[in-house]
Amino acid sequence: MREERAPGSWRTTITVLRKDLLLELRGLETVPAMVLFALATLVVFHFGLNRDTVDGQLAAGVLTATLLFAAMLGINRLFVAEREQGGFDAFLLAPVDRSALLVAKALALFVFLAVLEVIAVPAFGLLLLGTSLGPPLLGLIAMLLLGDVALAVIGTLVSAIAVHTRARDLIGPIIGLPLLMPALIALARGIGPLLAVHGSSWPPARWVLILALYDVVFALLAYAVFDFLLED
Amino acid sequence: MTTYGRGLRGLALATVATITVAFALVFFYAPLDADQGFIQKIFYLHVPLAITALCGFVFGGLLGAMHLRTGDRRWDIRSYVAIHMALIFGIGTLITGGIWAKASWGHWWVWSDPTLTSFLIVLLLFCTYQPLRFSIEDSERQARYASVFAVIAGAFVPLNFIAVRLAQAYVHPRVLTLTGGNLPGAMRLTFLVSLVGMALLYVTLWKYEMAAKSTRMQVRALRRALLGDDGVAPLKRSAAPS
Repeated sequence: MREERAPGSWRTTITVLRKDLLLELRGLETVPAMVLFALATLVVFHFGLNRDTVDGQLAAGVLTATLLFAAMLGINRLFVAEREQGGFDAFLLAPVDRSALLVAKALALFVFLAVLEVIAVPAFGLLLLGTSLGPPLLGLIAMLLLGDVALAVIGTLVSAIAVHTRARDLIGPIIGLPLLMPALIALARGIGPLLAVHGSSWPPARWVLILALYDVVFALLAYAVFDFLLED
Repeated sequence: MTTYGRGLRGLALATVATITVAFALVFFYAPLDADQGFIQKIFYLHVPLAITALCGFVFGGLLGAMHLRTGDRRWDIRSYVAIHMALIFGIGTLITGGIWAKASWGHWWVWSDPTLTSFLIVLLLFCTYQPLRFSIEDSERQARYASVFAVIAGAFVPLNFIAVRLAQAYVHPRVLTLTGGNLPGAMRLTFLVSLVGMALLYVTLWKYEMAAKSTRMQVRALRRALLGDDGVAPLKRSAAPS
C-alpha cells in the first residue's frame, strides 16, 4: 500500500541526503570529476574561440555550457550506486514515502552543483572572463542558484528514467538536454548582461521570473510522476 | 475485443475527400499572396502539419497519463502510436518549413524565429522517445517509463513555446491570434479546411496503426493458445509495444 503522506518523509529525505553526501565526502568521486571536467572545458573554449578573454553574452554562453557539461557527469552517476548495489530494492522495502528519494537526490545534486560552481565560477573569472566578477556577484549567484534548481530537478528525473535503460549514459543526456533548454536559455540570457563590460549588477527580471517559474513547474511535475519510476 | 477497425473506412474516405477539397481550394480558390507569391501556398500544408504534430504530442501525453492512472497497457500503446504519428508529422513540418524559409527568407534555417526554434527543441525531445523505449527490456517497465516520458514531454510542449517565444523577437507570421488574425476570408477558409484535413489524416493514421497493432497482438495470442509458446516467433528487435 502506498500512503500519500507517510510519516517522517522529511526525515527519510534527510537520511538519504546525508548518506549521499557522506558517500561523496568519503569517496570523492563525482564532484572532483565535475570540477576537472569544467576546468578542461574552459581550456577547450579558450582554444576553440581563440580568445584570451570573453565578456557579455559570449561569456554567459561559455559559462552555461561549461556548467551544463559538468552537470551531465553528475546527472549520469546520480542513481548508479543505487542500481548496482541494490539501493532501489532496499528503498522500496522500507516503509517510507517514495518521493523522499526524489527530493533527497535532487538536493544532493543541488549541493554538488553548488560546490562545483564555488570552484568553477572563480576559475572562469580568472581564466577567461574579461570583466570583474565583483559588482554583479549577488545577481550571478541568484541566477546560478535558480539554474541549479532546474538542473537538479530535471537531472534527477532524467537520471531516474535513464538508470533502468540499457544505454543509460546515452539516454540521460539526450532526454535531459532538450528538457533543460528553456532553463538554459533563461540562465544564459539572464547572466549575459551581468558579465558585460560596464554591465548591470542585476539580471533582467524577465529571465529570473522565467527560470523560477520553470523550476516550480518542473518540481511539481517531477513530484507527480516520480512514484511511477520506482514501482516494481 | 478491440474495435479500432470500426469506422475506419468511412474515416479514410472523409480524410481523402477533405484533403482533396483542401488542395483544390489551395490551388484554385485561395488568392496568391501579394508579398510572397506562389510559395506562400506551402503554408496550407506546413501550418496544419505543425499544429497537428504538436497536438499529437500533447495527445500522447494525455494518453500516457491515462496509462499511469489506470495501469491498463492499452493506453500505453495508444500513447505510443500517437507520439509515433506526431513525430512523422513533425518531420514533415520541419521539411516544409525549411522550404518555405528558403523561399521567403533566403535561408533554410533561421534562428531568430522562435516558433521554428521551439519546434526543433520539441522534436529533439520526442526523437528520444523511441530510443528510451528501445533500451528498456522489461515490457511492463518499458510501458510505465514511456508513459512517464510522454507526460513530461507533453507538458513540456507549451512550456517550451512560451519560454522560447519570450527569448526572441517576433518574425514568424502569426496566423491564428486571439484578435482574429489577419488572414483574408478566402485564405482563412482554405486554411481551416486544410487544418481539418490534416487532423483527419492524423486520426485515420492513428486508428489504422492501432487496428494493425491490436490485430497483430490478437493473432499472437491465438497462436500462443493453439501452438504453445514454441509456435510464436520471438519478437524482433523493436521498440514498438506489441
